[in-house]
Amino acid sequence: MNAFRRLQSIPTPFCHDNIDTDAIIPAAYLKTVSREGLGEGLFANLRYRDDKTPDPQCVFNEPRFESSRILISGDNFGCGSSREHAAWALVDRGYICVIAESFADIFASNAFKNGILTIALPKDQVTRLAAEGEAGRSLVVDLQEMTVGLEDGTVFTFDLDDFRRTCLLNGLDEVGLTIKHHAKAISAFEERQKLEQPWLYRQ
Amino acid sequence: MPSPRTLYDKIWHNHLVSDAESGSGLIYIDRHLVHEVTSPQAFEKLANQGIPVRRPEAALAVADHNIPTVGRAEGITDELARLQVDMLRRNVMRTNIPYYDVDDVRQGIVHVIGPEQGFTQPGLTIVCGDSHTSTHGAFGALAFGIGTSEVEHVLATQTLTLKKAKNMRVTVSGTLPLGVTAKDMALAIIGEIGTNGGTGHVIEFAGEAVEALSMEARMTLCNMAIEAGARSGLIAPDETTFRYLQGRPFSPKAGQWEQAITLWSQLSSDPEAKFDREVHLEASQIAPQVTWGTNPEQVLAITGHVPDPATIADKGKREAAERALAYMDLTPGMPLSEIAVSHVFIGSCTNSRIEDLRAAADVLRGRKVADSVTQAMVVPGSGLVKMMAEDEGLDRVFLDAGFEWRDPGCSMCLAMNPDKVPPGARCASTSNRNFVGRQGPGSRTHLLSPAMAAAAAVTGHLTDIRGFSAVEGE
Ligand code: SF4
Repeated sequence: MNAFRRLQSIPTPFCHDNIDTDAIIPAAYLKTVSREGLGEGLFANLRYRDDKTPDPQCVFNEPRFESSRILISGDNFGCGSSREHAAWALVDRGYICVIAESFADIFASNAFKNGILTIALPKDQVTRLAAEGEAGRSLVVDLQEMTVGLEDGTVFTFDLDDFRRTCLLNGLDEVGLTIKHHAKAISAFEERQKLEQPWLYRQ
Repeated sequence: MPSPRTLYDKIWHNHLVSDAESGSGLIYIDRHLVHEVTSPQAFEKLANQGIPVRRPEAALAVADHNIPTVGRAEGITDELARLQVDMLRRNVMRTNIPYYDVDDVRQGIVHVIGPEQGFTQPGLTIVCGDSHTSTHGAFGALAFGIGTSEVEHVLATQTLTLKKAKNMRVTVSGTLPLGVTAKDMALAIIGEIGTNGGTGHVIEFAGEAVEALSMEARMTLCNMAIEAGARSGLIAPDETTFRYLQGRPFSPKAGQWEQAITLWSQLSSDPEAKFDREVHLEASQIAPQVTWGTNPEQVLAITGHVPDPATIADKGKREAAERALAYMDLTPGMPLSEIAVSHVFIGSCTNSRIEDLRAAADVLRGRKVADSVTQAMVVPGSGLVKMMAEDEGLDRVFLDAGFEWRDPGCSMCLAMNPDKVPPGARCASTSNRNFVGRQGPGSRTHLLSPAMAAAAAVTGHLTDIRGFSAVEGE
């Protein structure tokens, strides 16, 4: 996983509530055995018209947001299916930070595991940040300081679980960490459980 | 005296391998269901790093999401889908994970086969790369959907680092009226608390109306917990649970059965346990539900009318309703029972178990699918459900009525396989998500119970199941 420290970018304003993972990446794009290349399917049902041509009205097709790395959305972002493809598609398209009013639990966890920083902020602040994107102004997200800075000097602070923050800041791989630090404790747990519920250990 | 704890607190505590800071913990995972769509990238990453699967026997694998539901003998024609299934087969062979192949009678939707095999048991932690893993909470297991990176973490370590969720209890008192099912209860709850009402919480379902439910119905209820935003739903195990599990392949055998019952009987919330949020519903007030919009909280009793967005005070919800109505091509004020459907789908991990098929068949016996309905299909949840239904003659009832009788899989629930609702077509569906394009690009979905889906197939429009038999009875 890539480390996340500080990011400057014009944000893409996409302020709708309940953006589900079927919308982020439709099922048709899930038939892959790779994590790469999913950006093509990102918001496909919105980006492409019925005749498969890009819809110029769609914010994700606007040239001014082409290199945007921050996505701004509403309440309950990423609800629905557990598909990590949603996170892979966002990363593939360049989004490594999503700021929204709130996030669905599974999506937030998937995002974090792929180096995407999810920031939950109150509605008025989210609306303000979206307006910055609309006006073509950039934001500075600083994970060390846990702040989002605007061009006019306004600064919003956010909260993030310590564990996630440390992993993101250092680009740590969780599987390796768990094996390194907890292998003994896991074995001990299994030994204990084997006595209590032996039927769970039948081969 | 330890302070009173909820069922969720107890299961969490029983599985804590080590405490982390800030309310997180490393939690042991007892059971892992694996399917073809969300696992290949996890297996690949482990193989590349040379990390072995820690406990293959704690996993169970099956292909369900993308496989065809007809003509399986000819193999999978969709090249990408076939690649995913082949990859799963190769990965489980290599790692010794038990697997039910596509032609095995035990094959089916992950959330149907886990309970069916007794792989799902009270008090366990159960995960799967699919959000409807909440289904298994019906047994008093802490069960939740995970992403592919977590699949990888569980395969490698049999644990997950989790943040402890808050406790929520939904109590449904009284008795459900005739014709009202667990599906209606689930939709009514979501209508009440919203699609994010349970976010950050584990929901325990309680009350007389919940206790009275069969295991199948409890699974339907817990299945939909995720549609209320809760990663897990829970129901305390009881006699109904134990009776269901006795004698299943993975269940504890004689000699260990008593030990298991003693353990499982302790799995309930302490009387004084505190919940962060409590919601109460009166079962007698619940009517059969149908969704009218593009998320499950956009739901009403079948006796209702398509809502007028102008009357919705909250701006976000108003705009969402406007967009939903435009997509669904519905006019405010129209009676829900006048909405005509062209497709009917009975299936999915929400409603594809034997009881669901029986309920639908009871409505269809001696009746025909309306001419205006172009496709009506039943997709049983597993090969064993299919076999049981055929033994009871239900397949004949469906076929005689004009339904298609398919092989088990996810099918039209997410339309990854060839089973799709065409653009602009409208489907009465027993599945769990009415999202834009969920049943195929441009598809329009109305969620409802199996009996209601069967009634809609007969009349060609959404129909109140109560009184349906009396009006059109034989
Ligand atoms: S039936 Fe639908 S909801 Fe259930 S596991 Fe399959 S795709 Fe997921």
